[in-house]
Amino acid sequence: MSWVGGGGKGEGKRGKGEGNPGAVALALNVGAFLTFALLVPGFATGPNLETVVISALPLFLLAVGQTFVLISAGIDLSSTAVVGLVSVVGGVVMSAEEGTQGGTLGTLTGLAAMLATGVAAGAVNGACVGWLRMPAFMVTLTLGMFAGGLAVWLARTVAATETLYGLPSQFLQIGGDAGIALALTAALGIAAHGLLSGTLFGRALQSVGYNARVALVSGLRVQRVILATYVLGGLFAAFAAVLLTGRLETASPTHGRQLLLDVIGATVIGGTSLSGGRGRIGWTALGVLFLALVGNGLTLMNLSDFAITIVKGLVILAAALLDAWRVRRRGRS
Amino acid sequence: MNAAVAMAGIEKAFGGVPVLRGITLEVAPGSILGLVGENGAGKSTLMNILGGNLQPDAGSISVGGRPFSPRTPADARTAGIAFVHQELTLFGNLTIAENLHLTRFPRRWGLPWIDRGASVRQGADLLARVGLSQRADMLVERLTAGERQLVEIARAIGAQARVLILDEPTTSLGAVERGRLLSLLRELQDAGLAIIFISHELSEVLQICDSVVVLRDGQVAGTGSASTFSVQSLVALMVGREVRQLYPPVRAPGNQEPLLEVRRLGEPSVAHEISLTLHRGEMLGVFGLMGAGRSELARMLFGLDRHTSGDVLLEGRPLSGGPAQRIGRGLAFVTEDRRQDGLCLEAPVADNMTLVHLAALTRTPLRLINRAALRAEVARMSTDVRLTRAPPHLPAGRLSGGNQQKVILAKWLLRPPRVLILDEPTRGIDVGARGEIYELLHRLADTGTGVLVISSELEELTGICDRILVMRQGEIGGEFPRDRFVREDLLRAALPVRVSG
Repeated sequence: MSWVGGGGKGEGKRGKGEGNPGAVALALNVGAFLTFALLVPGFATGPNLETVVISALPLFLLAVGQTFVLISAGIDLSSTAVVGLVSVVGGVVMSAEEGTQGGTLGTLTGLAAMLATGVAAGAVNGACVGWLRMPAFMVTLTLGMFAGGLAVWLARTVAATETLYGLPSQFLQIGGDAGIALALTAALGIAAHGLLSGTLFGRALQSVGYNARVALVSGLRVQRVILATYVLGGLFAAFAAVLLTGRLETASPTHGRQLLLDVIGATVIGGTSLSGGRGRIGWTALGVLFLALVGNGLTLMNLSDFAITIVKGLVILAAALLDAWRVRRRGRS
Repeated sequence: MNAAVAMAGIEKAFGGVPVLRGITLEVAPGSILGLVGENGAGKSTLMNILGGNLQPDAGSISVGGRPFSPRTPADARTAGIAFVHQELTLFGNLTIAENLHLTRFPRRWGLPWIDRGASVRQGADLLARVGLSQRADMLVERLTAGERQLVEIARAIGAQARVLILDEPTTSLGAVERGRLLSLLRELQDAGLAIIFISHELSEVLQICDSVVVLRDGQVAGTGSASTFSVQSLVALMVGREVRQLYPPVRAPGNQEPLLEVRRLGEPSVAHEISLTLHRGEMLGVFGLMGAGRSELARMLFGLDRHTSGDVLLEGRPLSGGPAQRIGRGLAFVTEDRRQDGLCLEAPVADNMTLVHLAALTRTPLRLINRAALRAEVARMSTDVRLTRAPPHLPAGRLSGGNQQKVILAKWLLRPPRVLILDEPTRGIDVGARGEIYELLHRLADTGTGVLVISSELEELTGICDRILVMRQGEIGGEFPRDRFVREDLLRAALPVRVSG
């Protein structure tokens, strides 16, 4: 940053002090790791850390979707409810008695139905926010309610129970086998990173998030960008549902229900701005890892669930505070 | 007797650019002072200082003989200064009485409990004083522009104002309302108020004011009793200054090949039957006062706002669709407000510069950005627009106004446009950068691009344009080729025509 203080007349004057969100998130992880490694026996062991990473994969996928949406200066409060709906849709398709139960064909049909459900939910969000100009929080909150209710109704109507068993083993492997889950998540994460940082769409998304009016005047098709963003959010929620459903070996409307604050929290801890424009997939990965480490460490310390929730809430609040401070420093008027 | 308001040696600069350079004026109680000057002469800045919205860099103010240095609008209100803004500041969804008492509702039994009855009664009294025959419990959104103006004045009277500042109070009024307002001002004057009347309607200023102060370039260009001025002498004082050596040499006009043709463009209450032709390689200026419809015209041409009638043709073919389609046809638009819709202030210079033509810097099939090409293009454009001290990764918001404007120009010129529209291209930009921008525009026109420059600064347009159109009240009010660039004529063509009746 050789320009800091170099230029004249106010240029580069405020180069310092704003910090690099990625570096902050990395430091948090190192700090959390060292603290728990010292304080908590059994924390810094291979098997425990593997558990931490593997169980955080669905959260990471949800947070990737949320990263896209937050960069567009929106928010997706429906993503965890969409996970439940997608899970039930998959369960219904794959465990249907007279359907294509079991086998490769059943798995492929189920996957297609699940991803299509996620995309459809995202498209509804995106159309309402982009074309109808409705506030994102209202649209996604409502769609989340709708998806949650629909998931329960669908499960009860089709299976007479809320939890669906008997899913094909090939399908369960995707989320159940740690290696496959990790490989799939890594591939999706890398693709998302490439999309965001290296493509026309990624740059358009950031511009829309920084200032949609500038983007419009500059000839970007703002509404399409917003639509695509929420579709991505829905798609990543669907992948998260695939992993969760596989790992828990059942399809259920309750999958992901507790995750919403963690999703947004992890994304913001990573440094993605709630005001739009700034964010990276790598930062989000660090934010997810940090929350996972803290949750695991505190659990090993025998803290109760609610105590852990309190700590997580404080951490996320601090991250949001830091974000607001960064935005102020950058002189957005 | 003490002056109601005396300002002495007021100076103010924005970002190093002086706007007010030692202004001195006085208003006596029971008198009306006219304050006139071109857009950008410093009238609004001066009144914002008096109204507590801005703090002066130097100089002193006294009110009723006592030193006065307001830090907030509330300070100014307490001192008895009321500011009736050009854009009215009433809440349409509240009643007249509620608007009148917004900052100090009558209370019941000294408790923080609004006495609605008293509020309506007091409101009715105030309305009677300004001669507005409406019920005080009526919603403001149902009032006409003129009636709202009267409510604003009633609010000022209710606040025990001793000094009333009116910024362009009559522009939105019809003839009847205008007459009523002027006679009300006379009554208030007789009641001992000091009034500062800002207006472009010079004949009105001479008719109602006792004395006049003419501002030009942040200085007092002339002052005296209203009876010593005529409209002509005021205009001469407003525009009369030597042209600085800021403008590039006069260029040979382009050929007469039509490039952009606008035919009878219309949109209710915005534009009326606007027709114009921009030729290849031409620098065409559009002059007009604020609210004449110039920016609206530009936005319609660029596809940002719709128009209900008329056509726009580029090279003989109709233009349609939004900005994306029109950029594809070769249009470019530098907007009036850099912060609002010109730049992503938090994004790096390089991202801003490549925003419009990024697609040209990607590789198929995945449309991945070609970073090497991007870096090369950013470097090329930075040299081209003479962008200095602005490394590509620096957030655009940290640049000076001049450099920000250069980034915006670079964004559009990355691929040379056929038509470049600029709205107030040098507003708030220092002299050095201005000269460079003018040169750049001339170079561009020399390559055949048609350049349409909208500006409130007459001097700028006469300095760089081949031809100037004057807009007033949503219409083209006059056309001036270079050999008829007489500033008095241009300014007169821009002043609103009064519909007699």
